[in-house]
Amino acid sequence: MKKLFSNLQRADGRRQWLRFALVLPYLWLLLFFLAPFAIILKISLADPLVAQPPFTALLDWAATGWQRIHVTVDNYLFLFQDRYYITIYLSSIKLAAISTLLCLLLGYPVAYFIARQKPRLRNLLLLGIIVPFWISFLLRVYAWIGLLNSHGVINNFLMWSGIIDQPLTLIYNDFAVYVGIVYSYLPFMILPLYANLEKMNLDLQEAAADLGARPWQVFLNVTLPLSIPGIIAGCLLVFIPAIGEFIIPALLGGSDTLMIGRALWDEFFINRDWPVASAVSVVLLMILVIPMMWLQKTQSRAESNANGGAS
Amino acid sequence: MDENILAQKDTEDLKYTPWLNPEISPMVQIKSVSKYFGSVCAVDEVSLDVYPGELFTILGGSGSGKTTLLRMLAGFERPTSGSIIIDGVDMTRVPPYERPVNMMFQSYALFPHMTVEQNVAYGLKKSGIDKQEINTRTAEILELVKMGPLAKRKPGALSGGESQRVALARALVKRPRLLLLDEPLAALDRKLREHTQFELMNLQEELGITFMVVTHDQQEAMILSSRIVVMNRGRFEQIGTPGEVYEYPDNRFVADFVGKINLMSAEVVAVESGIVTLYCDEVGAELCAYASHDQTLEPGTQKWIAVRPEKIFISKERPHDDAMTVLKATVNDLGYFGNLSLYRVELTNGRILQVSGQNRVRTSRKTVEWDDEVFISWDIRSAILLEA
Repeated sequence: MKKLFSNLQRADGRRQWLRFALVLPYLWLLLFFLAPFAIILKISLADPLVAQPPFTALLDWAATGWQRIHVTVDNYLFLFQDRYYITIYLSSIKLAAISTLLCLLLGYPVAYFIARQKPRLRNLLLLGIIVPFWISFLLRVYAWIGLLNSHGVINNFLMWSGIIDQPLTLIYNDFAVYVGIVYSYLPFMILPLYANLEKMNLDLQEAAADLGARPWQVFLNVTLPLSIPGIIAGCLLVFIPAIGEFIIPALLGGSDTLMIGRALWDEFFINRDWPVASAVSVVLLMILVIPMMWLQKTQSRAESNANGGAS
Repeated sequence: MDENILAQKDTEDLKYTPWLNPEISPMVQIKSVSKYFGSVCAVDEVSLDVYPGELFTILGGSGSGKTTLLRMLAGFERPTSGSIIIDGVDMTRVPPYERPVNMMFQSYALFPHMTVEQNVAYGLKKSGIDKQEINTRTAEILELVKMGPLAKRKPGALSGGESQRVALARALVKRPRLLLLDEPLAALDRKLREHTQFELMNLQEELGITFMVVTHDQQEAMILSSRIVVMNRGRFEQIGTPGEVYEYPDNRFVADFVGKINLMSAEVVAVESGIVTLYCDEVGAELCAYASHDQTLEPGTQKWIAVRPEKIFISKERPHDDAMTVLKATVNDLGYFGNLSLYRVELTNGRILQVSGQNRVRTSRKTVEWDDEVFISWDIRSAILLEA
């Protein structure tokens, strides 16, 4: 009896510990994501000031306590009235979307190929995908300057081999930004796709072939539809960071490369208009969050449809 | 094969034994096919003819090469050497999507993103049949396997037995010349399996499609098959009807793999008018068996004698019959199964033999009890003589 009791106590202690372990990530998210977001949101609703900090306070304090809440939506109105910001959002979305598509087109065959190898080789190939992460992101982007500029490796080689006699402008334009983004974010596409394709039952593809499907039909009818969760995960992992990317367009892009990351930088550090800069980032967040929530909703609905057929 | 069985076969209707009918050409011809994976030999120069309308079973343990052979028939593996001819056409290098063959996978391999109906219709769609006919044929086959009411469900919402039916319907709907079934019943529970066995046989008879089944379950093979090939380490040990394989095994492997058996090594002493007398050291007695003509029977050659447990009688009185081999024993163990009892009896020299007997008389008392002194006996025609 005594032993049973102590066992119970131990189990209870374990549950306590588990609860604590669950609280920790929530606390983390609260502290480092929700709280900063609240601050940004607050700043985006303030007026700019030439002061320290450079925006008006949310609450006006007096001797008797707070007097009134100081809130303005001028910054948001400004964003939607100024064609510059609309253009910049659209061009960021376009750049991120095209980069995501390129990553998907490049990453899918790679992920598929790796997933079909023997386990030993598979791990080696995966390591090859991950190893570049051990080098600083900044250095890897800088390396592209050395490759792409007019006296860079690529131009030198093309000139030496006589294919061209004038160096190509490969850098400081949108092309270089695409190269940089696709290069940097390709692993984020490959890894979730690999995880999906690796656990796919190969019998399904054989069954399709057995029923008369040619290899491309097997891919379109079976492999592709079943890898959609992997595709969605990969696309989100590329699209989200790409849309707000700052370093790549700053280092490789031209002056006409319009990206929201650069606009943010300019607003914060050059114009020192923190409220507008905050509004820019809040709108960016909305652009990302709303489609994601919609996607999740449709996905969970599709899932419950698939399983809910049983009665 | 014994001559008396062949004679017996001749009088039977050849409809059920197409392999004995010289006018029928085989549906499947496997001609000295080998398959190597690197340096590992999975299938080692095997040849086989399967005739139209047969339910042919490839029986073997894991690693026997049975699945590799099936996959070569489906077109998923290409033979290293040899050729495969299906319905008169060389299929050795034809890809799976161009073969008149369908396969039912062990995992069923139902497409999880399609409904039952879409799964079944998939093969028809790929062969470019018009929509009206696809619909009628899909509905027909789903009706046949009694899955019509569940046509709109996704595979995730089906039970094991239901999935099995859908997989079968999907493989049958294209009316293949040959249907391959990889362990078709392995994933079902016992009760369902017994039921499905008979359904599968009826379906096969009804549709007249040639079935080739891979299984590791010898009982399943016995029940289902017109003929069985026993495979071991990439080779065929024996091809024959269930009766032939069970009662007239070609070698020790087959005798041991199919059913229960008592195997005893023995040495030829003498041969007289077709009856071989052997001295069996394990039993400590002389045993007799009928000789088959293709064996060397020089005195002194090592042989094996095999007797199935159900061929052995157990009694308390010594039977008096010259055509019987009789040994004294003690009952060591007794398993009561209701319809039959299994005994493990110990001979005077300590060797254990398995004996099984039907419980024909309705009684709650056992006629033979633990530690009883008994006589075990068998007809010398029941003894199987095998090469060492």
